[in-house]
Amino acid sequence: MTLLFYLAGAVAVISTLCVIVQTNIVHALIYLILSLLAVAVVFFSLGAPFAAVLEAIVYAGAIMVLFLFVIMMLNLGQHSRDQERSWLQARGWILPGTLAAVLLVQLLNVLLVIDHDFVPTEVGVLEVSALLFGPYVLAVELASILLLAGLVAAYHLAKK
Amino acid sequence: MEIGSGLTIGLILGTVIGVAAMLIWVERRLLGLWQERLGPNRVGPLGLFQVVADMIKIFTKEDWTPPFADKFSFVLAPAIIMTVVLLSFAVIPFAPNIGIVDSNIGILFVLAMASIGAYSVMLGGLSSDNKYALLGSLRAAAQMVSYEVFMGISLLGVVALSGSFDLREIVHAQEDMWFVVPQFIGFVIFLIAGVAESHRLPFDIPEAEQEICAGYHTEYSGMKFGMFFVGEYLGLVLVSSLITVLFFGGWMGPAFLPPVVWFALKSGVFICFFILLRAAIPRPRYDQLMSYGWLFLLPLSLLNLLVTGALILMN
Repeated sequence: MTLLFYLAGAVAVISTLCVIVQTNIVHALIYLILSLLAVAVVFFSLGAPFAAVLEAIVYAGAIMVLFLFVIMMLNLGQHSRDQERSWLQARGWILPGTLAAVLLVQLLNVLLVIDHDFVPTEVGVLEVSALLFGPYVLAVELASILLLAGLVAAYHLAKK
Repeated sequence: MEIGSGLTIGLILGTVIGVAAMLIWVERRLLGLWQERLGPNRVGPLGLFQVVADMIKIFTKEDWTPPFADKFSFVLAPAIIMTVVLLSFAVIPFAPNIGIVDSNIGILFVLAMASIGAYSVMLGGLSSDNKYALLGSLRAAAQMVSYEVFMGISLLGVVALSGSFDLREIVHAQEDMWFVVPQFIGFVIFLIAGVAESHRLPFDIPEAEQEICAGYHTEYSGMKFGMFFVGEYLGLVLVSSLITVLFFGGWMGPAFLPPVVWFALKSGVFICFFILLRAAIPRPRYDQLMSYGWLFLLPLSLLNLLVTGALILMN
């Protein structure tokens, strides 16, 4: 499981990097799907199979399909690739690179003091649902109201 | 045989792909029977070697990638459908001692693979850079995303009754009564959504020949087309075995036949039923398909779930 964790983590990091440097938007999207699937495997190796499969269904399976759907409508060709390339100049990397490096140093600091003998216990579907509809039921209801508001707004816009 | 051993995995993989290839012949013969014509009957006994001839043809055809296509996604697309459908078979329990994985997220895994399978048709159409292909994949995207919703909700009744996402547990929960009896509405919705997900006739709107050439695989040829083709038959086998496991008691049956034979017989009946659907029902219009799904199937599946939940709470 530890090996699986590190492998999936490496895939996630590398494919996310590819999302940023890729100039072809469809290829970038495929790398993003790969990255989300790798994160799902990370969840699985940490003992959360339910979260893993939801990550695959909701993020990789549903939200990214909508992204691809929009890209299909836009007809992006060579022009957008050239524009992307012009935005990927070395100069543009300095500030975000520095900020990310600061975060990385902090993260490594935290990792050094953390307890390494952590053994993940598997949390099944039943435990997650008991928590969701027990102590956290208010948050679930609020989220559903938010989604309902989005649904009504989308219906209104589409009707116009 | 033991669950998850290398031999079992190899046998299941071989059988599933072999059955999918044989279906090319079965479908054409059965369609011939139902439409009062002969179908392929020349090559070998009963035309059985037609499958071999088709395979040789498809493997030796020129595998042409159009120069205007986006090569990376063009090659990736047919591989996705084969991979996700074959991966879905990993959680199917074929018999008490035959299967690959017993996962406590079995059904969810199948649903996740089905939703990733949608990328295959979308990327295939998008990367072809062809009007008909793009139209086909736009239709496919909307159709598959919509029918995934009802597919998931229609299964929740079964999950609530058996109390598990594990497909093997679900089969064991049907010892007294097959779930098709208490979950008949769920079964019908799952059947319809299953046809739409594997985009077979009458729901083959993404590849409707008479309207948009061949839809998303217009530009494909050779083995890349073959993978879409076999992927479709694999999807048919998968949906049939899922119906058997979820609603018709999986491998259970009277003891005079071994369990795996019962499983194959039940799935075979559904495969033939899907082929009969193709022979019997005309293709609906695209907007009819969408409004039928969202205005009829969605409320019905939600109602089914509510009533099932209420009945479980009452007992």
